Amino acid sequence: MSIKLTEEMLGQLPDARGHFGDYGGRFVSETLMDSLMTLEREYLRLKKDPEFQAAFDKDLAHYVGRPSPLYFAERLTRETGGAQIWLKREDLNHTGAHKVNNTIGQALLASFLGKKRIIAETGAGQHGVATATVCARLGLECHVFMGAEDVRRQSLNVYRMKLLGAQVHSVQSGTRTLKDAMNDAMRDWVANVDDTFYIIGTVAGPHPYPLLVRDFQSVIGRETREQSLKQAGKLPDALVACVGGGSNAIGMFYPFLTDESVQLYGVEAGGLGIETGQHAAPLAAGRPGVLHGNRTYLMEDENGQIAGTHSVSAGLDYPGVGPEHSWLKDIGRANYVSVTDEEALNAFRRLTRVEGIMPALETAHAVAYAIKLAAEMEPDQMVVINISGRGDKDIHTIAQLDGIEA
Amino acid sequence: MSRIEGVLNNLREQGRKALIPYITAGDPHPDQTVELMHTLVKAGADIIELGVPFSDPMADGPVIQLACERALKHGTSLRQVAGLVKTFREQDPDTPVVLMGYLNPMVAMGYEAFADIAADAGVDGILTVDLPPEEADEVAPLFAARKMDPIFLLAPTTTDERIRLISEHASGYVYYVSVKGVTGSAAIDVDEVARKVANVHSITRVPVGVGFGIRDAKTAAAVGKVSDGVIVGSVLVDTIARNQTDPAQLKQALTDLLQPMRKALDGLVS
Repeated sequence: MSIKLTEEMLGQLPDARGHFGDYGGRFVSETLMDSLMTLEREYLRLKKDPEFQAAFDKDLAHYVGRPSPLYFAERLTRETGGAQIWLKREDLNHTGAHKVNNTIGQALLASFLGKKRIIAETGAGQHGVATATVCARLGLECHVFMGAEDVRRQSLNVYRMKLLGAQVHSVQSGTRTLKDAMNDAMRDWVANVDDTFYIIGTVAGPHPYPLLVRDFQSVIGRETREQSLKQAGKLPDALVACVGGGSNAIGMFYPFLTDESVQLYGVEAGGLGIETGQHAAPLAAGRPGVLHGNRTYLMEDENGQIAGTHSVSAGLDYPGVGPEHSWLKDIGRANYVSVTDEEALNAFRRLTRVEGIMPALETAHAVAYAIKLAAEMEPDQMVVINISGRGDKDIHTIAQLDGIEA
Repeated sequence: MSRIEGVLNNLREQGRKALIPYITAGDPHPDQTVELMHTLVKAGADIIELGVPFSDPMADGPVIQLACERALKHGTSLRQVAGLVKTFREQDPDTPVVLMGYLNPMVAMGYEAFADIAADAGVDGILTVDLPPEEADEVAPLFAARKMDPIFLLAPTTTDERIRLISEHASGYVYYVSVKGVTGSAAIDVDEVARKVANVHSITRVPVGVGFGIRDAKTAAAVGKVSDGVIVGSVLVDTIARNQTDPAQLKQALTDLLQPMRKALDGLVS
């Protein structure tokens, strides 16, 4: 089923209770409700405040370095032999990923709300680094929660956060990955709700987070739309982005939702293969449930206990997904697919060798799918991949797989 | 009238305060849970809060997180927890049981199926930590239709406007979370609790149970004085953790903890 979306319909989502159709909402313990309602009220006010928007735009331009280029990957296109492949270069942002768009926005919100203490969760460490970065710049106290398993996998980013002055809390509970980091961040928030602002890194969490993170990340899609028209003379035929929580994907997709001709592809982590159960693809193989404050597709067992996930990329290793993606899946507007660890690793090597651009392992999932997709399309068609982050942080992982002591 | 209302009305008439212990079902082992529930009643419990273990207990501190892990290691499911209550009911038709947990296991089972199973087992109230009344319109009526009370939380951050909203949706009692934090964390500020609970009492007639930070007879008495009941959780669960290898010693240790609280609360009778 697919319905035609209009600006008017989109303007009503999320609704007053933070729902995107059956998804989203505010499923938290009572202690946090007042804070979330205040945040929602203040954000909706600031969203229309020219001063706030000007401050945000200024930081994106002069601190992040936007707009990021839309680059025609000529050699990859030629070797693939199908549609033109273009790359939206979020990897060129300050701190090396799309994550900073959102942390700039939320740190501004925190300043407007007078909060001096910042907490964040992180998986791959990119959101943690982006948060530590804006905190260093604004002189805010910064605490980053990171699963012990991810601390091990992403030691370089841990060190970066420490250099930036953040305190990194290694989370030992549960599966010791991103979901557990988020649990501990929420526990910290409940205990320090008066003076603490929680900068959530993705379009998940309780309302209004999926809304405000999407708004801050939508700069990606807005630029891509303009750049496509200017550089290629038309809108893209397909957009491809990786989906863990889904912030880079929603940021890319959102400004194109009413453009029916533009196909949207969200690529989840297929891990060792969907059929093995060892993956992180709730949209492909999960079912709706409630976790971390919102109703969305989840990976869980038959009793509603959250399942362990597997992905070679820490940033996609999450059992849930942003509620707006769940809605886009159900109405058929976006297609959600998955690629395996191995396909992603091959795509990492291919983009590095063919274009001299080393993508993050998360991003490599989008690259892998886009190459398959482009090969089946016509040469006059255009595919844009959101290169959500750069791969420097993953060199250690790749080197280990290659048997090199890095 | 629900079983919870009946018990709280009786206590109120006697000028007594409710003692409401919490344990996690399946901890340390599902085979011990029913026996531990009877132990709690013998030691003076008026109502039992029985935790439904969840893989991601976001509002709980390390003590109850570990209890969930122990229970889940033995595969304690929501369906199994209902079965434990049913077994408990065979010997105890009077003591109200409130299931306390997170929403996702109920979503997975289906709200209607869960409401049926819980009612059939003899459950009296449902406290869902991550379900504020704004999101409860689908499931709360299913509980009410089966004479089960939806129990909601109030927090130090809850505004008067929300106290009104929440008490309109609540029945049985409301659970006032005495500290900002997860279970088993900071020390309780009794004066602050007294002020807050007095404010809640001025807004609603629904009885107020106070939890978080009650560890011994002294804190139980201090909080009992200003509320309708005290809820005791982490200190009991911690006792279970420390005595998990010796069932007989565990029952004795729980009794030794609860009885002085019962005595201290009853010492308040004017």
